[in-house]
Amino acid sequence: MCGIIGVIDKQRELMDGSSIRDALSIMDERGSGEGAGYAAYGVYPDYADLYAIHVFYDNLVEPKTQVEDLLETWGMIEHDEEIPTWEQAGIPKIHTPWRYFFRPKTRLMQRSRTPDDEIVKHIVMEVNKSIKGALIFSSGKNIGVFKASGWPEEVADFYRVEKYEGYLWLAHNRYPTNTPGWWGGAHPFNLLNWSVVHNGEITSYGTNRRYIESFGYDCTMYTDTEVVAYLMDLLVRRHGLTQELAVRALAPPFWDEIERMPEDIQRLNTALRLTYGSAMMNGPFAIAVASPDSIVGFSDRIKLRPLVIGEHDNKVFISSEEAAIRTVDSAIKNIYMPKAGHPIVGRTVA
Amino acid sequence: MIIGSRPTKFQVVVDKNQCMLCGRCVDNCSYGVFRMEPEEIITNTRNCVACHRCISQCPRDAITIKERPCDYRSHPVWTAQVKENIFKQAESGKILLGGMGNAAQYPILFDHLVLDACQVTNPSIDPLREPMELRTYIGKKPRQLEFIQKSDTDISLVTELVPNLKLETPIMIGHMSYGAISLNAHKAMAKAVSDIGTFMGTGEGGLHEALYPYQDHMIVQVASGRFGVDVNYLERGAAIEIKIGQGAKPGIGGHLPGEKVCADVSCTRMIPEGSDAISPAPHHDIYSIEDLKQLVISLKEATEWKKPVFVKIAAVHNVAAIAAGIARSGADAVVIDGFRGGTGAAPSVFRDHVGIPIEAAVAAVDTKLRRQGIRNEVSIIASGGIRQSADVAKAICLGADAVYIGTAALVAMGCRVCGTCYRGLCTWGIATQRPDLVARLDPEEASHNVKNLIEAWTLELAELMGAAGINSIESLRGNRDRLRGYMLDQSMLDVLDVKPIGA
Repeated sequence: MCGIIGVIDKQRELMDGSSIRDALSIMDERGSGEGAGYAAYGVYPDYADLYAIHVFYDNLVEPKTQVEDLLETWGMIEHDEEIPTWEQAGIPKIHTPWRYFFRPKTRLMQRSRTPDDEIVKHIVMEVNKSIKGALIFSSGKNIGVFKASGWPEEVADFYRVEKYEGYLWLAHNRYPTNTPGWWGGAHPFNLLNWSVVHNGEITSYGTNRRYIESFGYDCTMYTDTEVVAYLMDLLVRRHGLTQELAVRALAPPFWDEIERMPEDIQRLNTALRLTYGSAMMNGPFAIAVASPDSIVGFSDRIKLRPLVIGEHDNKVFISSEEAAIRTVDSAIKNIYMPKAGHPIVGRTVA
Repeated sequence: MIIGSRPTKFQVVVDKNQCMLCGRCVDNCSYGVFRMEPEEIITNTRNCVACHRCISQCPRDAITIKERPCDYRSHPVWTAQVKENIFKQAESGKILLGGMGNAAQYPILFDHLVLDACQVTNPSIDPLREPMELRTYIGKKPRQLEFIQKSDTDISLVTELVPNLKLETPIMIGHMSYGAISLNAHKAMAKAVSDIGTFMGTGEGGLHEALYPYQDHMIVQVASGRFGVDVNYLERGAAIEIKIGQGAKPGIGGHLPGEKVCADVSCTRMIPEGSDAISPAPHHDIYSIEDLKQLVISLKEATEWKKPVFVKIAAVHNVAAIAAGIARSGADAVVIDGFRGGTGAAPSVFRDHVGIPIEAAVAAVDTKLRRQGIRNEVSIIASGGIRQSADVAKAICLGADAVYIGTAALVAMGCRVCGTCYRGLCTWGIATQRPDLVARLDPEEASHNVKNLIEAWTLELAELMGAAGINSIESLRGNRDRLRGYMLDQSMLDVLDVKPIGA
């Protein structure tokens, strides 16, 4: 199960979180009250060139000191504060969410084309692997993830997502089956500028996890979705694939389709499957991946999970259900279901 | 003769009421068990190896072979086998030989691993209705792809892929040499792999002319004896395999007795007729990993970089580190042969006591290569003890790209695993060069059986994958999450990196 809804405004017009909250809530049937979350792009304009690092703390003493020591080692905390929350009956406050606006010292990470990203990635892995009682769940620039264990509307009210304004939103309502519902296991999953929501299961997780770990990513969330964020970071940021090609690698065409392609395209697809075979994802899934200038939706190769695309004016919607899209935009006409495995990309033009 | 004779292993009985004295048992037994007398068939039970040829050919089902109960005093430590081996060595003063695989009673790890299947939350996939991809490419892969971006929409691939073997099923047939097995057996298997779209190894005996039609599906082997190796041989193969070691006898070479070196074998091996073919324990030009690297590069150079080069080693305790070295030597695939690997002949002390199981070896190699970030660039082929499609699936979950089968292919042709291949008297025409015996194996028919076996396993593998919700073999490879250990201790679970059942 699980319900997903995402929307991008191609002109970067800002939307507050209220309609996304409502869209997610009408998919309550797709959840079990054990996890929901929102990711919004463009929410921190005052700190747009700094990394917004969101951390769940079990307490504000030992883990917080350790995280801050690590951040100060690798850069400078320009501003930090507790993420404001409002008590909800259904959400026991297990963790304290905190945010840092962080500037890495680029010179500390030599031999990388993207040293500042590499520093932040290193910090995320290090904290999540080694610091007990702390979990970084959002680490991009001008991006915020807000998630917890609870129903969509409770989580929205807990963070008051309607107070945030973003040009791209992703939201997720969770029905966990493999792993316990816990705050860190709620979606969206985020690393740097990548945020991912996912409906389904990844049966290739064992292979994907061992592949991504060999590139220095540590899977610590006890759930299959986190590999998607890491795979996108590896394939697009580090290996230089376009997002369309990265999706091609994650949900490639079948060999008999490849054999019918024109020669140069066949060569490209064969190369992708041979090189990134361990990154390819199997099992039932519908996934939406956001980055600052785009949102990409795609399903598994035989479409075992629903995925609906809607387009209207400057907005592109991706959801598990048409009704969720209509909740945000009742005037929408252009609604369709993409072919299995095919990436649908909504991109900003501004 | 102080020691005296040893009890017979088997008891052969011919039911006189059933027997019609046709004499087929006499003709079929190359070990001399049967003798025709005017009114009855007389048996010399002592010669029986339980190859079951007589039973299979008897038109009246008149023959029974039983394992004879041991008539030594039973003892948990000084077993019949231990005592008999001592008797034999006390008489001969020689190394004891054995054929086929490890016969010692080690637990089989494959049988302590169970596969996963989907239920509600994740639909299983029906291979009868949905595509199921078992195609596997064996060879070097780039670490990452390079592109040139010409404009926003126009992006072109720069990376050139090196040659890979394209397998339609991840099951290949491993190396058994012409010499150790007959030409008819080779022809049968070669035809089967060509029909299916997979590959087989030539073994170290060179490539007989009769196999040239199937050369695109043959992997030629370069072993320490260099038998039959010249540039023509290298160019004929689809890939080249350097054999450093084999699972049945890690650390030692090979020996084909002169009696098996008939004119045809002598010609294919490029050695004099009737001479013993001795493969040294080491390659005398490989005393380090750097030397191996040079040989890999020389073989590539000799074949204009058009053929993948594999390196085969026996599974030993340090196999992961060795495989990592091989991966960096430029080899396209590393073949790991577990201690249950079969053989024509090996000192039984090696066969039964040296090496480690393939399950642990593959798991350790895959893990090591991943930790070093190079797993994706080299293929792993697992062999030695693959008995059924479930073993194939489990080996792939543990990290293999593909498997070699050996004994299973021979069994498909009739072999009863009697374990006396080294005597050259194989009644099934498989492990022999005696023309009358070789003629018993019809290559067409045997080929059909081998093909059926691999196809049947491939179907079963597709079903197992579908049940696990996986429709492409890439997603099974190294997928330890789809395995659980049953009654394995924690240290073994750690090596295999699988969770126990229920977890």
